[in-house]
Amino acid sequence: MSAVNPLPSAERRFMSGNEAVAQGAWEAGCKVTAAYPGTPSTEILEYCSQYPDMYSEWSINEKVSLEVAIGASLAGSRALCAMKHVGLNVASDALMTQTLIGVGGGLVIAVADDVGLSSSQNEQDSRFWGRFGHVPILEPADSQEAYEMTMYAFELSEQFDTPVILRMTTRICHVKGVVTPGERTEFELAEGFKKDPARMVMTPANARFRIPIMHAREEEMKKFTEGHELNIVQDGNDRRVGFVVSGPTYMHVQEAYPEMPLIKLGLSYPVPMEQIREFAESVDQLVVVEEVEPILETEIKAAGIPVLGKEILPRIGELAPNVLRPPINKLIGEEPPEAATAEKPPEMKVTVNPADNLFPRPPTMCVACPHLGIYYCLSKIPKTSISGDIGCYTLGAGHPWNALDTTICMGASMGVALGLDKGRVEADKDKKIIGVIGDSTFMHMGMQGLLDITYNRGNVTILILDNRAVGMTGGQYNPASGRDIHGEESLRVDFPKICEAMGVKPERIHEVNPYELPTLFKTLRTETKVEDTSVIISNQPCVLVDFYKQKPAYTVIEEECTGCKNCLDLGCPAIAVTRRETVVKPNGKEKELAYVKIDSQACTGCDLCPKTCGPDAIVPLEGFTRT
Amino acid sequence: MSEQKTTNILVSGIGGQGVMTAAEVLSQTALAQGYDVKKTEVAGMAQRGGVVTSHVRFGERVLSPAIPPGEADILVGFEPAEALRWCKHLRPDGVAMVNRVRQEPPVVSLGLYDYPEDPIGQIQQLGVNVHAFDAGAIARDLGNFRLVNTVMLGAIARYLPFSPEILKNEILDRFRLKKPKLVEINEKAFEAGQAAEAAT
Repeated sequence: MSAVNPLPSAERRFMSGNEAVAQGAWEAGCKVTAAYPGTPSTEILEYCSQYPDMYSEWSINEKVSLEVAIGASLAGSRALCAMKHVGLNVASDALMTQTLIGVGGGLVIAVADDVGLSSSQNEQDSRFWGRFGHVPILEPADSQEAYEMTMYAFELSEQFDTPVILRMTTRICHVKGVVTPGERTEFELAEGFKKDPARMVMTPANARFRIPIMHAREEEMKKFTEGHELNIVQDGNDRRVGFVVSGPTYMHVQEAYPEMPLIKLGLSYPVPMEQIREFAESVDQLVVVEEVEPILETEIKAAGIPVLGKEILPRIGELAPNVLRPPINKLIGEEPPEAATAEKPPEMKVTVNPADNLFPRPPTMCVACPHLGIYYCLSKIPKTSISGDIGCYTLGAGHPWNALDTTICMGASMGVALGLDKGRVEADKDKKIIGVIGDSTFMHMGMQGLLDITYNRGNVTILILDNRAVGMTGGQYNPASGRDIHGEESLRVDFPKICEAMGVKPERIHEVNPYELPTLFKTLRTETKVEDTSVIISNQPCVLVDFYKQKPAYTVIEEECTGCKNCLDLGCPAIAVTRRETVVKPNGKEKELAYVKIDSQACTGCDLCPKTCGPDAIVPLEGFTRT
Repeated sequence: MSEQKTTNILVSGIGGQGVMTAAEVLSQTALAQGYDVKKTEVAGMAQRGGVVTSHVRFGERVLSPAIPPGEADILVGFEPAEALRWCKHLRPDGVAMVNRVRQEPPVVSLGLYDYPEDPIGQIQQLGVNVHAFDAGAIARDLGNFRLVNTVMLGAIARYLPFSPEILKNEILDRFRLKKPKLVEINEKAFEAGQAAEAAT
């Protein structure tokens, strides 16, 4: 990540949408920023943390990050929290009541929808929360807008006494574009925190009086969004279609149909319906292009305005120009313009895509990842049901391990494991129920689940894979790292103590080094047989964090390798097959052999694979230097 | 290339190969030339040994950040199969610059899939302009495997709408700022890339 220069600057800078949000927050005088990492939103707080005059924190989960921002707002400061789409599900409990209370200093929730599921368990449309929570939604279309709208979001929040949602998508967060930044203006409410229990203590008696206030605010905003400067009509000569767009679809539509008019909704909720009605009358056919759900479409139809949307456009994924062209061309009765589509390149000699049958290259665990040993052992334990969780270790569901059976949401491995135990049928009475969760996910939402297991006497074995970082999002620190967001020394939690305090018997808690395969395997075998709640904590760091220590690389003695393939069951990407061979065993059965080599530049000498090698063909590489 | 046209460069490879750095250098160079620039990034799961691509687009005004299929002017492939995966993004008259060093993923090691025998030949069959060479060997001969990035950038330099010297200076300036000891070797790597392109 580039260093942030907090000095006044009018130069053109090249920023991702996430960096632009941080810059916007900083310039708006925002004082408190908080988030739990989550793709594609993670970098917002990474950038925020580089400004010395803003407080920033990795929160334990998204709900806490919003609560911290709420507190800061009520204290009289501007505050921002950031999260991915599913994070707002977690934070929604706070949002749905905070919307009744309103704000002190501006309160902005930057939420990033993973349109196209680059790294998420589902694809959600956060614009629903605007309707559900009666809060306005801003939708930037590029980095410059992300920057400007973030600054504006604080003003809007204070003007209407409401939290504001800044809705981003992957193509905003993770696209760099040109931004012209400015300077910081300090902000604070002079009166600070003002005691006002009728407003801030949401008992039924108080809350019922806040609901009409919230509704009145929404009605005011409905008028306000009509003709707002962020909601603009862009004229065009070809009026056969007029588009309703918001966020990144503004760019996609302009690229695909530069001659057609559009109405761009920057402040997209409350919907400026009269503006849309007027625009609709000026075009032959109104088409709404929205990622992901048909939200505007439904509301426009309900307003009695004829519009097309998801009848002709995909309901999942990004609505890029090449996705838009076929259905829109069909609508206007035109063949796709040549050269503009993948289907009919004019001069390509081959029309089929030569990559159609190419192997996939799915994400893999890293070379020497401490999870490799865990899944190697799990894959060798018979009769298991394994509930998994959100993190790198979700990859354990794939080859070669196939040792993870469910993934739902943050922390779900705990409750699901208990449910698998309590709901087991006769045929599964000997099954070993195992739950696998990472350190960060455990602290985010898994601890309550463990307490539920011990309280209800669950017969499950829980593996806490403590790699001391939030691995999947790039190795951010958390309370298991013992470092704060700036890398400064901070609390380091004691997982065995937490588990014991939650009622796991001390003799059923084991800390293991996941590189010591025999001990790990023996512990797993023993604990899965015991009819009680057991916890096994693996205690080696993620290879991505700076305190991971590399050791000299290993190599394979070619003549000694018997092709047994045992080491391949680890799934380490540094081990590659050099040749395959089929032999006939004395009993007449055929056996596949695969001889291997180790990529010594990639190998970090974790010492796992030598332990899987019967003939001791894997040895330290003499005279090794890493370039 | 006219000034009006957007230049589209697709960089493809595997997490950790330097795809993002190459795309960033190209973007910063274009930015310094006064262009509007957009560049896509990936993060999260895609970093874990998976496919990594970055779309770099620059011109008078860039709208959508993603290069539509069939519209890339240049494909920079850090690995042959990853070049093959994205070759249909090229224009019929586009150029593919491919590092010949193969990297088999675990799904191939495990015998679940085959690595294509001749991915570069398959790209050539499209009729696009393909240059393939062993950028890994060039970098190793110069003494540092990480130079692959600069070699690849050198190789595409003459296809850009600005002079190769401008790109070279942008790369060297980055090293002058952070690692001045590596300026000379990167200059050699850049020129070796240019030579490799000319020879293939």
